[in-house]
Amino acid sequence: MTTTAAPPPKAMRLVDHFELGLDAPICLTWELTYACNLSCVHCLSSSGRRDPRELSTEECKAVIDELERMQVFYVNIGGGEPTVRGDFWELLDYATAHHVGVKFSTNGIKITPEVAARLAGNDYVDVQISLDGATAEVNDFVRGPRSYETALRALQNLSDAGMRNFKISVVCTRQNIPQLDDFKEIADRYGAQLRLTRLRPSGRGADVWDELHPTPEQQRELYDWLVAHGEDVLTGDSFFHLSAYGQALPGLNLCGAGRVVCLIDPIGDVYACPFAIHEEFLAGNVRGEGGFRTVWRDSPLFAKLRSPQSGGACSSCQFFDTCKGGCMAAKFFTGLPLDGPDPECVQGYGEQLLAERADTLGLPKHSGDHSHRTSPPRERSGTGPVRLTLSRREDLQAPPVSACAEDPLAGFTADFAEGFATKESGADRRHQGGIRSETA
Amino acid sequence: MSPIDPESAWTLHPQVSVRPEPFGALLYHFGTRKLSFLKDRTLLAVVEGLSDAATARDACEAAGVADEHLPTYLRALGTLAESRMLMERAA
Repeated sequence: MTTTAAPPPKAMRLVDHFELGLDAPICLTWELTYACNLSCVHCLSSSGRRDPRELSTEECKAVIDELERMQVFYVNIGGGEPTVRGDFWELLDYATAHHVGVKFSTNGIKITPEVAARLAGNDYVDVQISLDGATAEVNDFVRGPRSYETALRALQNLSDAGMRNFKISVVCTRQNIPQLDDFKEIADRYGAQLRLTRLRPSGRGADVWDELHPTPEQQRELYDWLVAHGEDVLTGDSFFHLSAYGQALPGLNLCGAGRVVCLIDPIGDVYACPFAIHEEFLAGNVRGEGGFRTVWRDSPLFAKLRSPQSGGACSSCQFFDTCKGGCMAAKFFTGLPLDGPDPECVQGYGEQLLAERADTLGLPKHSGDHSHRTSPPRERSGTGPVRLTLSRREDLQAPPVSACAEDPLAGFTADFAEGFATKESGADRRHQGGIRSETA
Repeated sequence: MSPIDPESAWTLHPQVSVRPEPFGALLYHFGTRKLSFLKDRTLLAVVEGLSDAATARDACEAAGVADEHLPTYLRALGTLAESRMLMERAA
């Protein structure tokens, strides 16, 4: 018996702590590349082409070192298609050797039997195969020709290698909600676990959201299905807006943006969440002084997201405490106020607001579109001509100056060239290796 | 959620990582890929002291848990044992 008795564990809600933010994220999404072999119509990061500013192998390793120091348990690696990076397996091994677990999302393109065997042998790796239809017809409509076949081959390879409880990740759409039982059956067949997530109007998802997001009846169907399957089916906490139907779904049921989650994009930009790639939600860059830790702990944007939020128009709703107004990114990209209802609010308040929007032309746009320029994607047979669209980078004003341009002042602006000429006489310049300029 | 026996001996599962937080701590099990929360710092001290203590009761006492609160802590440890965050070891 001690004299300074500690009180018993207090019955307080963890979400209250989480709303104030944590010392390090629980769940960090890291998109390693914008390059992708597919062109899914709903891609939340508008991926396709690699960004030339992508973090190098060494920069990625430095980020992993920092995550280890911050005790981030695991990262969700995505893209783009992360496995098309030449150093992907090296980075995977580096992370797990440094106690940072990896769960990566892939369309399965690189999951050969050999790779599957290697993954099955690493306890710190989890794989998530994306599949957006339980049939090729439904899947390939969204993800592109033959992507169903690719995904199922990857599932087979993982299963054959003895990997268990890897994930099948499904974005729920109007077309695949009727297939929920079929998805579960596919997952059971391969010894996988089903993960359902929400279609968000982010990236290219904004272009197809009106057409593909579940109808109100389907939302109810989805909710009932999730309640019936409980913790067997993962959701990445993405349907907390459905909790307003009644019983809360398993999970934290809060918007974790900048509080418990964030996104590092391929060029090192840190956003509040994977669904909000827009300068409004850009907190900093891991290449900056102090790296990721400083962005996470000190960025003014994250401080704001961690401060008490007003429920706005929702605060008088009796369900506000369960749904918390829904998803910030979904509101933002559909042009709804951030302190009002989710566009898919189950009480119908969101629909009402969507209908009342003055125009949809001025909606915020995703920052940095990396889509392939051959849209819609064509079937790739692996042979035949490769058609390219040539264009100039938007951020360059003039063509590059070649190293062997004859005029040493090529590329200088007129002002600068004149200033140069007045400071030095022609005689002085003759000593500089005989280089002459027309402006002398 | 049955409480663990105060005279039994326990240790953290080797695949579990503990991250202290202002409210207590986060626990992550790399095998089951489950996240757990310790809702206060005293429970964190108990969990951290488990492997060096002869019994669960000793670990609680060392962390400053009063006798009257012992059952609450043994229940919390029971929950962690059920989710395989803790492993029983030879006393």
